[in-house]
Amino acid sequence: MSFLSRTATATLITLACSAPIQAESLEVSIGYLQWVPDQGPVLSNVLPEPEDAGLRGAELAISDNSTTGKFLGQTYSLNSEVADSEEAAIAAFEAMRQDGTELFVVNAPAGTLNTMMARAGDNTLVFNAGAKDDALRTGQCHSNLLHTMPSYSMLTDALGQWLNQRRWNEVFLITGPTEADKGWADAFRRSAQRFGLEIVEDKPWTFEADLRRTASKELPLFTQGSDYDAVVVADVRGDFGEYVPFNTWLPRPVVGTQGMSPVTWHRVVESWGAAQLQSRFRDLAGRDMNSEDYAAWAAIRSIGTSVTALSNANPGEIRNFLFSDKFQLAAFKGRKLTFRNWNGQLRQPIPLVHPRGLVARAPFEGFLHPESKMDTLGFDRPESDCRIND
Amino acid sequence: MKTLFKQTALAAMIGLSTPALASLAYVSNEKDNTLSIIDTETQEVVDTIDVGARPRGILLSKDHSKLYICASDDDTVQVLDLATRKIVDTLPSGEDPEQFALHPNDKHLYIANEDDAIVTVVDVSNKDVLAQIDVGIEPEGMAVSPDGKWAVNTSETTSMLHWINTETFEIEKNIVVGQRPRHVEFSKDSKIAWASAEIGGTVHIIDVDNLEQIHEMSFKVPGVNQDRVQPVGIELTSDGKYAFVALGPSNHVAVVDAETYEVLDYLLVGARVWQLDLDKDEKHLYTTNGVSGDVSVIDVEDLKVIKSIKVGRYPWGVVIDPSS
Repeated sequence: MSFLSRTATATLITLACSAPIQAESLEVSIGYLQWVPDQGPVLSNVLPEPEDAGLRGAELAISDNSTTGKFLGQTYSLNSEVADSEEAAIAAFEAMRQDGTELFVVNAPAGTLNTMMARAGDNTLVFNAGAKDDALRTGQCHSNLLHTMPSYSMLTDALGQWLNQRRWNEVFLITGPTEADKGWADAFRRSAQRFGLEIVEDKPWTFEADLRRTASKELPLFTQGSDYDAVVVADVRGDFGEYVPFNTWLPRPVVGTQGMSPVTWHRVVESWGAAQLQSRFRDLAGRDMNSEDYAAWAAIRSIGTSVTALSNANPGEIRNFLFSDKFQLAAFKGRKLTFRNWNGQLRQPIPLVHPRGLVARAPFEGFLHPESKMDTLGFDRPESDCRIND
Repeated sequence: MKTLFKQTALAAMIGLSTPALASLAYVSNEKDNTLSIIDTETQEVVDTIDVGARPRGILLSKDHSKLYICASDDDTVQVLDLATRKIVDTLPSGEDPEQFALHPNDKHLYIANEDDAIVTVVDVSNKDVLAQIDVGIEPEGMAVSPDGKWAVNTSETTSMLHWINTETFEIEKNIVVGQRPRHVEFSKDSKIAWASAEIGGTVHIIDVDNLEQIHEMSFKVPGVNQDRVQPVGIELTSDGKYAFVALGPSNHVAVVDAETYEVLDYLLVGARVWQLDLDKDEKHLYTTNGVSGDVSVIDVEDLKVIKSIKVGRYPWGVVIDPSS
């Protein structure tokens, strides 16, 4: 807007905006804790991941909540700590709890979360906006832990459905060496079984050469096989996966953690009003919004939506509201999002993207579910041991 | 060159044949940066004209001589002269204008600035910005009551209806509704306002005298998953008989009894139906179908879909000029 200067705007706003505010005021304080362990050196380090992934999403959600809150006399504040060790993250969690914070968003590994949940009292509600481990949704259940980050199996089920509906049923799986790679690959193997895919080759990544020089020579040999429809890569930290596309033995597409990927969020998602969220985020952070940002944003917006409805910020009441049929989160994914009442996972569609475009969005037509089609992604109630509301 | 020729030829034709042409419908194509013009008699596209980037909300001046177009990505409101089909002016609109509404005084244009969480009020006669009013996040729907008393804005992420006093430009009431409110439509007598909530899947009926919700409607389209039932556009017949509600990706328009709020029928239209408008004598309802890139025509008497007309990519708004 060139002709209306910001100053003019500000003056006008002071003049024109004196919306009557409800008498009672409410302050909602939310803790954000981030600890992302060092991924180790990776081969594909050309485009580094932002270090504030997650934090900036939390900040945007606080600002979104506050805009709504000002009409209701509610203010939101974020107390954030980006820790450099697990101990520091846990210490910050303890300190914030001592100071009276009851609502938390945590972007940290599953082990750290488990430790925090073991120490948290009944009056602490935590949103997992980082760990994708299926164990947190199937066995390591905590009644006050909700997950806005999708699990590995939600992501790989999205990919599995897509491969199935493309009839690309035979795949070549390459798995990296880390625990996360194994978690992703295990989830994919389960998805393959669910959606009738055959893993014709299942090879671990063992090479240690610098692929920037030799990818074209090494990968064709590595991906030799009788035939397959697609190559699936499980390389969560982005070590070698970027070098797989165009270097396969057979002329086949690459999908998985690289190539075309199932993600929580990506800058190419623009439908359903997402273009507005993307531009708001870019204005705030000066970069594109990613999956960690989205998960943290969704967590704090879930709190905000509940506080708007409840007019209080009691963690127990928020928890009850989040699991009630009154809760619905408008989160730019084309449908209302709700929490699974057995394990606290946020149901959500999963976009399948390549770096510059959206390919498709799961769940797909034809994959049916009696309750919600979104429950065709990830561990459904009968497949999970969690019963955090029973 | 081709378009230019067509435009000139058409302009010439209009010049020769006025007023023989039937009333025209204007459709904004969000992803084509064009406007499709449909002859409502033949129900065919007679012209496509280039407009600004990402055209969304469109509306007619009270004398039907001009069409205002929200060119969202150009951060402006364009003024299209309907006789010449040329953009003759632009208005200061604030950033990312999405929807707007014109006050009955034909002067005050209320514009929702989606990226800035404000509503801008512009005097179209002299382009003065009269006010910028702070509202919730992603202001979208805009409506002014026919009696001119209220301007209502919906903010999508805040999920509120903001009631703006048109004399003071101040918000007097905020009503929390379902998630992602998109559109407000007033009854002709300004007594009732209908507001759609896209993600909530609801339509909220507001008693304007008391500024209170008196009813909340929900929809169940047979054979369609409930998540896909997403109300957006609303159109009311002036006899107070029907309300038509566009239900987005359920690809249906609900026909509602405007007195009892009972859903009478669901009509299958194109994919992701967004906005609606009735033609001159309210015999036909035109709907924009974003994903299928077409306009469906509904016969209001028979409540049947009778035609679909291919337009540009992502048709967003539709306005029918009753006088053309």
